Amino acid sequence: MRRIDPRAEQAVAGAVLWTFTALTVAVLVFIILFVLRKGLPALSWSFLTRNPVDMGKAGGIFSTIVGTLVLTAGALVVATPLGVGTAIYLTEYTWGGPVTRVIRFGAECLAGIPSIIFGLFGFILFVTKLKFGWSILSGSLTLAFMILPTIIRTSEEAIKSVPPVYRTVSFSLGSTKWQTVTRVVVPSALPGIVTGIILSIGRSIGETAAVIFTAGSALRLPTSLFSSTRTMSVHFYILAREGLSMPNAYGTAAILVIAILGVNLLTYYLMNRFIKKYS
Amino acid sequence: MATARRGNRLERNDRLVRWALLVVAFSAVSVLLVITVFIVGQGAPIMFRYGFKSFLVGTDWYPSEKLFGLWPMIVGSVYVTLGAMIIGVPLGLSCAVVLTEFASKRVRGVIKPVVELLAGIPSVVYGFMGVVILVPLIRRAFGGPGLSVLAAAIILGIMILPTIISISVDSLQAVPPSFREGSIALGATKWQTVKMVLVPAARSGIIASIILGMGRAIGETMAVIMVAGNAAAVPNSLLAPVRTLTSNIALEMGYAAGEHRQALFATGVILFVIIMVLNTVANVTASRMKGTRR
Repeated sequence: MRRIDPRAEQAVAGAVLWTFTALTVAVLVFIILFVLRKGLPALSWSFLTRNPVDMGKAGGIFSTIVGTLVLTAGALVVATPLGVGTAIYLTEYTWGGPVTRVIRFGAECLAGIPSIIFGLFGFILFVTKLKFGWSILSGSLTLAFMILPTIIRTSEEAIKSVPPVYRTVSFSLGSTKWQTVTRVVVPSALPGIVTGIILSIGRSIGETAAVIFTAGSALRLPTSLFSSTRTMSVHFYILAREGLSMPNAYGTAAILVIAILGVNLLTYYLMNRFIKKYS
Repeated sequence: MATARRGNRLERNDRLVRWALLVVAFSAVSVLLVITVFIVGQGAPIMFRYGFKSFLVGTDWYPSEKLFGLWPMIVGSVYVTLGAMIIGVPLGLSCAVVLTEFASKRVRGVIKPVVELLAGIPSVVYGFMGVVILVPLIRRAFGGPGLSVLAAAIILGIMILPTIISISVDSLQAVPPSFREGSIALGATKWQTVKMVLVPAARSGIIASIILGMGRAIGETMAVIMVAGNAAAVPNSLLAPVRTLTSNIALEMGYAAGEHRQALFATGVILFVIIMVLNTVANVTASRMKGTRR
């Protein structure tokens, strides 16, 4: 067998790897720029503050912005205490063992479950069995279950990175475990925990499959927890799929992408501050 | 005296808190269980009634005629996922290797946030990009409707990149620096080090990343519906329309009732089983990686 010159091989491999990487980055940049270029012209103050008219063919997207915010807030209210509590238990109250393994396995499996399965589940349990109907309540609970693993994982990482010395000092001052957790560990880990929450906000904003079957797609402004609502993603999906209004679809897409960009920038900023603090 | 009582109260609180936290900590597991119970509870009876075989290998999906063959959707999901892997794995792994081994700190500072952003973009936006750019492109280049296996595979291939990249990067970074240094000291080039030392050492993590990417591809719904054409027949070419398990559920859930709805839940059961198997395999491989490292 002829041996290939290692240096030539290195050059070729490097070129291929860099090309693929450049391709990946180019695809992303292209998607963002394309959506913004097509969508930004459609944006205006009235697009953001007026309700959709005629199934979204005209008018703005105000009620879908409200729907997205309410649904996301509801999901966070449910998932944050559960997720952070789980993370505290896993990091502060237990050290390995079968219980931890079961909990961690459960969280990881939950993270892998496709959103359509969450949608099916939310539909059958909340919408039909518990008779909440297509509503903010059903949608929020379904989303809460979906983002739970994200919050658990990021909070766990954040709490783990708090230096053990903090705890030792707190104990040596005579505080109990719970005092140590609430006054020392969680405050120090807060930026990391908030990062996880912001990431989950991003996921909730972008989610469609789980929401469309649980919160429905009503275009009116919601009046109670039991009214159906439509999120921006669902609205965008319906506009694009049924070809109702391309300018409005692009406009909604631009808002979605801007929201995700904002979420990511915020996460990045918080993460960097958090990492700097402890390294 | 007073302080002692206060101390007792605090200790009792502490015990209460521990129990409360234990209950909370089981939330994720309970959610998983409840989901399993409901999906299987809704989907399994009809599978028993019509027989597993007719569900799994039946080729006709005509809910109005009580024909519930899921074979076209199963094959569809497999094709689309394999296509996505063919596109996503080389791109993703290259990106991971470049990020950990080749890129300077500054370049890494640009690429990493870009990849994380890729993960945040809603799937409907990917689907939309497929509809307005990719599908017309395929239609013009190869003919046919454009809504096809190929379009779905490309979109999914892009969508799984963040999963593959982030987990592979983690596992490559977890390789002890001494491995790298040793290999370089023996006169190996950077690429030889990557090929013969780093990738084999990070193997389990890389495999886990690929399996999790696969799970994402199989589970993706909205983007696939928008670009795949959704005909419930086994596709005979890359350019033929295809319907996946997930699209089957999402397309018909809106109006299905009775046995039709149950059949959609049965579709969910099959999807759920596939995902759980993939999750478990990924979990085991990933934990084996941690096991050998210590």
